Amino acid sequence: MDKLKRRSLKVLGASLGAGAFAVAMEPLRAFTAGLTLDQFLRSHFRELDPEELKDLLSRLEQEASEKIGRPVTMRADPPIEGVQFGYALNLSVCVGCRKCAEACHIENNHDRATNNSYIRVLEMDQGSLDLERGNADYDHPVPQPGKYYLPIQCQQCENPPCVKVCPVEATWKEPDGIVVVDYDWCIGCRYCEAACPYHARRFNWTAPVVPPAEVNTDQGYLSNRIRPQGVMEKCTFCLHRTRRGEMPACLEACPTGARVFGDLADENSPIRWVLANKRVFVLKEELGTRPRFFYFFDK
Amino acid sequence: MPHPTTRTLAWLAVASSLVACKEDVPQAWAAPASASQPLPIEVRQPLKLTSIETHERDSLGRPVRIACTTCHSLKTTAPMPTSPADLDEFHQGLTFRHGSLACASCHVAEPESGPLLHLADGQRLPTSQALRLCAQCHGPQYRDFEKGAHGGLEGSWDDGAVRTKNHCVDCHDSHAPAIPKVIPAAPPRARDSAEGTPDHG
Repeated sequence: MDKLKRRSLKVLGASLGAGAFAVAMEPLRAFTAGLTLDQFLRSHFRELDPEELKDLLSRLEQEASEKIGRPVTMRADPPIEGVQFGYALNLSVCVGCRKCAEACHIENNHDRATNNSYIRVLEMDQGSLDLERGNADYDHPVPQPGKYYLPIQCQQCENPPCVKVCPVEATWKEPDGIVVVDYDWCIGCRYCEAACPYHARRFNWTAPVVPPAEVNTDQGYLSNRIRPQGVMEKCTFCLHRTRRGEMPACLEACPTGARVFGDLADENSPIRWVLANKRVFVLKEELGTRPRFFYFFDK
Repeated sequence: MPHPTTRTLAWLAVASSLVACKEDVPQAWAAPASASQPLPIEVRQPLKLTSIETHERDSLGRPVRIACTTCHSLKTTAPMPTSPADLDEFHQGLTFRHGSLACASCHVAEPESGPLLHLADGQRLPTSQALRLCAQCHGPQYRDFEKGAHGGLEGSWDDGAVRTKNHCVDCHDSHAPAIPKVIPAAPPRARDSAEGTPDHG
């Protein structure tokens, strides 16, 4: 009798244990829904070998294409050797028309409902550089007398506080100076958003909603592909364009020619001429972030 | 020792797999091979330098343009007026806000005899070279323009690729050159806007 009792207790215990384990693991199964084991156990972006990168890009390309019903190209252009990207903006010429923010909105597949953009244009009192008092929501003809307009996007700092605080190395500085985010590695803790003194990082409270017909299908893994919900995003100087020689979308949209983009390592480039001949300044220099985004006035 | 043909085939397979592998790895962009010398930046030549829009439309709905010289090579104009208000035929109603300049500061009074513009020293200048006319007063802007720091630069940031930049009159109306006020694109409706959302004011 004892033997029988013991055996049935064993069976009962084992089935209870298995059941409890299944219940305990259930949230993990839900969390990883639609994710294969390979994807879940993927290496860090910078450690992917060419074969893994190719698989990753083709999987994302296929998913993105299926989602909008049109072919999407998903690329991960490497930095160009010897090139150091930099940006300068002439505040005497900027009229605050927000064409740059609009171009960014379209180029980078931003959420239509929030009219999100990596560029925030502040309407500032002439003579003031107090960013706290800048107005990003102005909606009247520009330029207004007594005001100047200060577009702010990621400053691609040499000493980026946002990179330092990331607990999972989901954001890093590329050799050409661009600070990037791997949206598939980011855990959405928003430490970087808090660390950035320029308010250049945004959190995706929802996945961006863009009508399929309006999606920019020229996409980059580290730049303008449509971000998932719950991750950080930021300006990448349009690296999917600039790493193949093109200009950033915000520069091409500027109707006053206020923006100068180029290779800081090329001493004959227009941006080097600006740095050598204009009285350039950077925002919040005292913080030691050493931005790669320079501002200047003509007079 | 494998048969020579087998070995050749094996090498071919290895080589082709290497080539295929190379194609898969994203290659860094490089300027075209001819790029050892910087290419000159092309300055646009907007139509309005040499012709004027009429109210007529062509079959595609585009405004019909008439070359300045259609009239100015044939008709003898009256002595040059000082401002558009003095005109009683053609170009009436032209908005003019360009300092204290008069028509004859830039335009030639007897255009039928050659180019339509003149520099401050009297040298005649075709409209296609209007840049030089602007540059004689706007030196700092012209210097910046020459260095790629004024007027925008399109095409590429690399001097080995094809690049274009705007002509003065692409952005400025030569008769009223200040950039007019514009209605800006819509502001963000994000929760991080300066005024906050109704829920999180």
